[in-house]
Amino acid sequence: MKIKKLVQDFENKIKDIDFKYLKEYKQKENKKIFAHFPVYAPHEIFHSFDVLLLGLNGAGNEIEILYADARFGSFICSIVKSTMELGLSNRLDFIDGFFFTGICDAARNLCFVYKRNFPDKNVIFLHLPQNPETEHAIKFLESEFKRLIKNLEEMTGKRFSEDKLRESIKIHNENRKLQRKLYEIRRNEPDKLSTYELYTLLRIGNFIPVEEHNKILKEVIDYIPQREPVERDRIKVVIEGSFCEQPPFELLKLLDDVGCHILDDDFILGRRFILEDVNEDNPIYSLAEAYVKKTRYASVKHSGKKYKSKYFIENVKKLKPEAVIFMYAKFCEPGLFDYVLFKKELEKEGIPYLFLEFEEKMWNFDRIQLEIETFFESLIFV
Amino acid sequence: MDKKKKYQGRMHGLQRELMERWYRKLHEIYEQDRKEAVYIMISGNPVELIRAFDMEPVYPEINALQLAIRKQALPALLKAEEMGYSTDNCNYVKADVGMFFMNSPTSLGTRIPKPALILCNFVGCNTYIKWFEHLAEYTGSPLYMLDIPFMRHEEPTQDDINYVVNQLKEIIEILENITGRKFDIDKLREIVRKAKIMEELWAKVKDLAKAKPAPFDAYFDSTTMMGPLYVYRGTDDGIRFFEEAIKEFEEKIEKGIGTVPEEKFRVVVEGPPPYPYFRVMRDLLAKWGAVAVQSTYSTVGGIWEFGFRHDENDPLKAIALHMITANLPNRNYLQRYEQIRRYIKEWHADALIIHGVKSCRLFSCGQGDMREFFIQEIGVPTLYIESDLEDPRYFSPAQMQNRIDAFFEALEHKKAISKV
Repeated sequence: MKIKKLVQDFENKIKDIDFKYLKEYKQKENKKIFAHFPVYAPHEIFHSFDVLLLGLNGAGNEIEILYADARFGSFICSIVKSTMELGLSNRLDFIDGFFFTGICDAARNLCFVYKRNFPDKNVIFLHLPQNPETEHAIKFLESEFKRLIKNLEEMTGKRFSEDKLRESIKIHNENRKLQRKLYEIRRNEPDKLSTYELYTLLRIGNFIPVEEHNKILKEVIDYIPQREPVERDRIKVVIEGSFCEQPPFELLKLLDDVGCHILDDDFILGRRFILEDVNEDNPIYSLAEAYVKKTRYASVKHSGKKYKSKYFIENVKKLKPEAVIFMYAKFCEPGLFDYVLFKKELEKEGIPYLFLEFEEKMWNFDRIQLEIETFFESLIFV
Repeated sequence: MDKKKKYQGRMHGLQRELMERWYRKLHEIYEQDRKEAVYIMISGNPVELIRAFDMEPVYPEINALQLAIRKQALPALLKAEEMGYSTDNCNYVKADVGMFFMNSPTSLGTRIPKPALILCNFVGCNTYIKWFEHLAEYTGSPLYMLDIPFMRHEEPTQDDINYVVNQLKEIIEILENITGRKFDIDKLREIVRKAKIMEELWAKVKDLAKAKPAPFDAYFDSTTMMGPLYVYRGTDDGIRFFEEAIKEFEEKIEKGIGTVPEEKFRVVVEGPPPYPYFRVMRDLLAKWGAVAVQSTYSTVGGIWEFGFRHDENDPLKAIALHMITANLPNRNYLQRYEQIRRYIKEWHADALIIHGVKSCRLFSCGQGDMREFFIQEIGVPTLYIESDLEDPRYFSPAQMQNRIDAFFEALEHKKAISKV
């Protein structure tokens, strides 16, 4: 098995902003395709209707913004603009529906600007609860999921089936388990799996059916012990901040090249947001409960009585990195706010950290490389 | 006339008196270290519930804007940036946090008490969540995240309403524990009834701006009136304030007095004001005889001009409905387009001014699309300008004047041609 080649193919697929693969898939399989804006989406529900859910993480540095700048003005993050540009440049004409949630003020407004600009599309917005302390939040989210189910029933002409949803939960639990396993491998054997590889293997899951993804992940996991290790000096770090807009592939490769041994990160967080298996009984309720009670801390979700910064620092202390690297997207309000509270905890513990800002559309990485290298040198030699 | 007071009438004096009294009251709570302050946000605020426990609301936004309008915001912003807050984050939050850590008094020299409860009324603005998460960590006070379902469709669902009412009941329990007093629904009913009267009066005020010339500016003067609207809603003082305002404006209408010597352009303004340059901005518009007849900013705490009122018969449901349906931040972007469209039509406006604010993505993200909609679909001349609501560094008076002058020159030209 050639993981390198596999990952390169996946990268090409992910970077194709004309979505050739998905268009062919749609034609061949005759299936509906929904696209969702980060961070979280209840994949299981879409799956139970046989609808492919494309996890759209902006358009990277492949797209030229011609129309979207004028719609959003200054001070707005790149992913909002690139997502709008994909639509305005007709690249998403093949998508049947769009799914948004209120992760931040910019993303929420984008949903309704989408509605106006693409009146023929099925655009649905779910309110994901921000009060995890009350039991009523689960009940409320259950009602939101039922609203989504009704929407999908109307769109697909299919009836909702609890059994099918149970089956979908099972398959997605398996998917989450495999993803956790890959993270464990990188944590323990960074010689065997690079961050770029891990990231690409996960992110391709946003484009292909989950069954196919599970099969790929299983094969990769089985094969990894036979891989030739790539030995090098590495510094153990935790990465925090890239939960929505994604750093370009070049930047991920750079993290490997400069010697980051990443113990944990929050890249494409939506795929790993639910930390434990979702109960298959009472499936709609269980999905709602999982979102309210069983997710990783995140800048886009209020954490309840226990401060988010406590979750953050507990995770860091458990992993014992030599440093933390914050990687936030430019103009990302939720992330940039949390940064202040997170870094306060690191300062209390005496853990060094580096603050970086990136944009998905960036092309030049010299400055970031210099910043990380200088930071590492200060860790080693000072 | 004193140049500084050229736009001011009796209403402004009364507003100042009320706001100063509120600040003094807060100072008293601070000095006596009483557990009576509840921090809440302006947008869709449930102040009635707080008043039902004889507690006093503290609105961090008012503290921040007072700082900006008195040109004292920059040191607080720099303090926050020194702590790691990004230049790209909401400057309201930064000013408030900066002020907290500088341990500085309010712009009136008074002190703000520590919160007995931080009640985050999350109505659309995600930055609110951050703001109160930060304040909770810094003060150590308990935080309740009152999660309000966003208006993703035209009417709220029964599930939306139940969810909010159930949370309000949890808050009541918390307030009972803090105050040691039992919740009295009749007391709440009475406060809600007074809120309703006040809302009726405020709606009437807004309606008076339909007169030509408009007796007040519905952007700048409405902002002034928003203080009592939120701090004194549900009280006799609040009712009296709006009765006085109506009296003053009706007198002006009768005498044909507007806010500028000659009202030439009636505009609707979208977006928060540039508080550090509040007066400069007003002068720039007044120079052209431009008067705001409606503004979206004046509806962040509640939209009452289209008929919504609190109902004392079911006070908790009324509070829930207000928070879900009847305030700008919790309504979706297209509902805002419709709100502005009605303003332009029903208040007979000639133009729309969109003030894009760096700090506030809830307001500004998508305003380019909004401009496109109003120019292309509605055919309303629209001016887009950009600055900030708190940070003086983002306001360039010369540039602002250029944009405003060019717009009104063109508008004047268009008007002249259409008369030929």
